[in-house]
Amino acid sequence: MTGNEVVAWAALAAGAEIMYGYPITPQNEIMHYWTRLAPKYGRMFLQTEDELSAGFTTIGGVMGGRRAFTATAGPGNVLMQEPMAMAEMMRLPVVVIIMQRGGPSTGTVIYSQQEVTLTTLGGNGEGFRIVYSTAGNQELFDYVIKAFNTAWKYRFPTFVLGDGYQAKMREPLVIYDPEIRGLSPVPTEPFLGKPGVPGVDRLPGHYRNTYNTEEELYEVIMGLARAYEAIIPEVVEFEEEAVEGAELLVMSHGVVSRAVKSAVRALRRDGYPVGYFRPITLRPLPVEAMRRRAEKVRRILVAESAYGQFARLVKEALYGLQVEIVPLFKPGLGINPEEIYSRAQELIKGGEKGAEHIAATHA
Amino acid sequence: MPKSWRRETKPHKFCPGCGHGIALKALGQAIDELGLQGIAVFGCDIGCSLLAWDFFDLDTVQTHHGRTIPVMVGLKRARPELICIAYMGDGGGYAIGAQHLVNAATRNEKITAILINNTQYGMTGGQMAPTTLPGQKTETTPYGRDPEITGYPTQGPEMVAAITDERAYVARGTVARPGQLREFFKRALQNQIDGRGFSFVEVISACPTNWRTNAKETWEWVEKLMPTYFRVGELKVPEALRGKGVEVKDGETS
Ligand SMILES: Cc1ncc(C[n+]2csc(CCOP(=O)(O)OP(=O)(O)O)c2C)c(N)n1
Ligand code: SF4
Repeated sequence: MTGNEVVAWAALAAGAEIMYGYPITPQNEIMHYWTRLAPKYGRMFLQTEDELSAGFTTIGGVMGGRRAFTATAGPGNVLMQEPMAMAEMMRLPVVVIIMQRGGPSTGTVIYSQQEVTLTTLGGNGEGFRIVYSTAGNQELFDYVIKAFNTAWKYRFPTFVLGDGYQAKMREPLVIYDPEIRGLSPVPTEPFLGKPGVPGVDRLPGHYRNTYNTEEELYEVIMGLARAYEAIIPEVVEFEEEAVEGAELLVMSHGVVSRAVKSAVRALRRDGYPVGYFRPITLRPLPVEAMRRRAEKVRRILVAESAYGQFARLVKEALYGLQVEIVPLFKPGLGINPEEIYSRAQELIKGGEKGAEHIAATHA
Repeated sequence: MPKSWRRETKPHKFCPGCGHGIALKALGQAIDELGLQGIAVFGCDIGCSLLAWDFFDLDTVQTHHGRTIPVMVGLKRARPELICIAYMGDGGGYAIGAQHLVNAATRNEKITAILINNTQYGMTGGQMAPTTLPGQKTETTPYGRDPEITGYPTQGPEMVAAITDERAYVARGTVARPGQLREFFKRALQNQIDGRGFSFVEVISACPTNWRTNAKETWEWVEKLMPTYFRVGELKVPEALRGKGVEVKDGETS
């Protein structure tokens, strides 16, 4: 099964009721599979006129109490930020699947990891949202299911950040019923159109996006910030391997972390003290765990298929620590285990070589 | 005061003499008369319409500039039993959100869209709108709108009537005739209740603040000047609605 097909099956398994979408490569097949599956399972679909509309109709569906979602990529993700800013402001459990493609602008339709900044912090706000970065088809299945539950449990817009490779790659997959694994769907609740007559049986629900004074807005945002901070320990996820005794830590996210993992295994086998660390949530970032690991190493090699979008998050998380950050940036290109192996080997053997590199890159 | 108005939030937040208040009164009466308070959801836009975010005893969502239609479309698709009302200005409907209006109309979305035509952007301080009259001075057409440069006023209901199928209801009312406007709203809502299709009412409205008009000039503008560009009446009435309620003939302005 391809990643896009996996997403459609996962959404079905998660109990998603309606998808609103607009075509853009490489996520189109999510809609293709969903539109084939949906009628057989009593689910709904609407192809909207653009991604602004896809985002806002998803908001309408969610406010109606439905498990609604959308999917997009690249310039569509750019348009998606306007509705997601509203979802952030109103704490709406909107689920969005992003299959990153190359940028800026139309870029390529194939692959990149260049939508990290946009997806984590893209709106005109503070980025009160949850972003899972997956590494393959099984994770796409697992995290799409999880995303619906996270969204409805914590009520922040939730993204699953895949990429063009995952979207199109075929991999074996274990499909399961989430209930059997104890993952019963978090119940939904309508924001609009609740039972009873407003003003007679209950207060009306008045949701707004516009505030009149600085103080009013400040209160709202600080409330969001407190709620968001409070859930961070429950939400953050990461994966690490071979970290004990490591001198060099390789950090990556998404599909690149698979290359990193196999490179680190080979390096360890050959006697190099190299560890592997991968945040699964890019927002919120597992800052504590990252710092704990970073404190014990001399250097961190950041490998990403972008020009430092993930590295920026890493640097901010590690601010103040005495650790060198060495880039391996390949925007739009895949990164294979051999490159990581040889770069890591160079850094372990070559003493200060890494530091020169970072100085040159970040001048 | 219509029953569906929320008393606690009155007096409302619109400027004195604003047309929004009259339009929302007619809408409140239509909601009351059709008994929709338990199932109607009100969506408003950015623009002066946002001031209605707590106007009704109705579940309400205020969204961004131009996006009220897709929010209501998404809600209606997810909850067909609700009566979804998208309320916006002429900037929200004919400029920034035009693609949503056109596509919702083409798809015959079963929502009711209400658009306030006050010939300019009220909230941002009186810039040109798609509906600005030729020669009208606004903050961005300080020498008067020149149609050679910026075109003629958008004929919204005419456009919607042209692109919708026979299930759509399309009318243009005016705050100068609130009784007629209420009937237009009722028929627009009835069209949604019947599950027939898209309904659209443009409302000729007043913005004395940005027009910088006194009471007399404001009403001359609304009653005499605007109808020379914007024809009041029903433009499209589905067969099933004909002969029901107050019959208002095409182009009738009385
Ligand atoms: C994306 C975006 N662009 C611009 C604005 C600024 N803006 C707020 S209200 C408005 C004009 C509203 O005019 P209209 O829709 O005609 O409604 P009115 O205020 O006249 O009732 C504009 C341009 C905005 N809020 N969002
Ligand atoms: S600015 Fe104009 S449209 Fe807005 S509330 Fe005042 S009078 Fe009404």
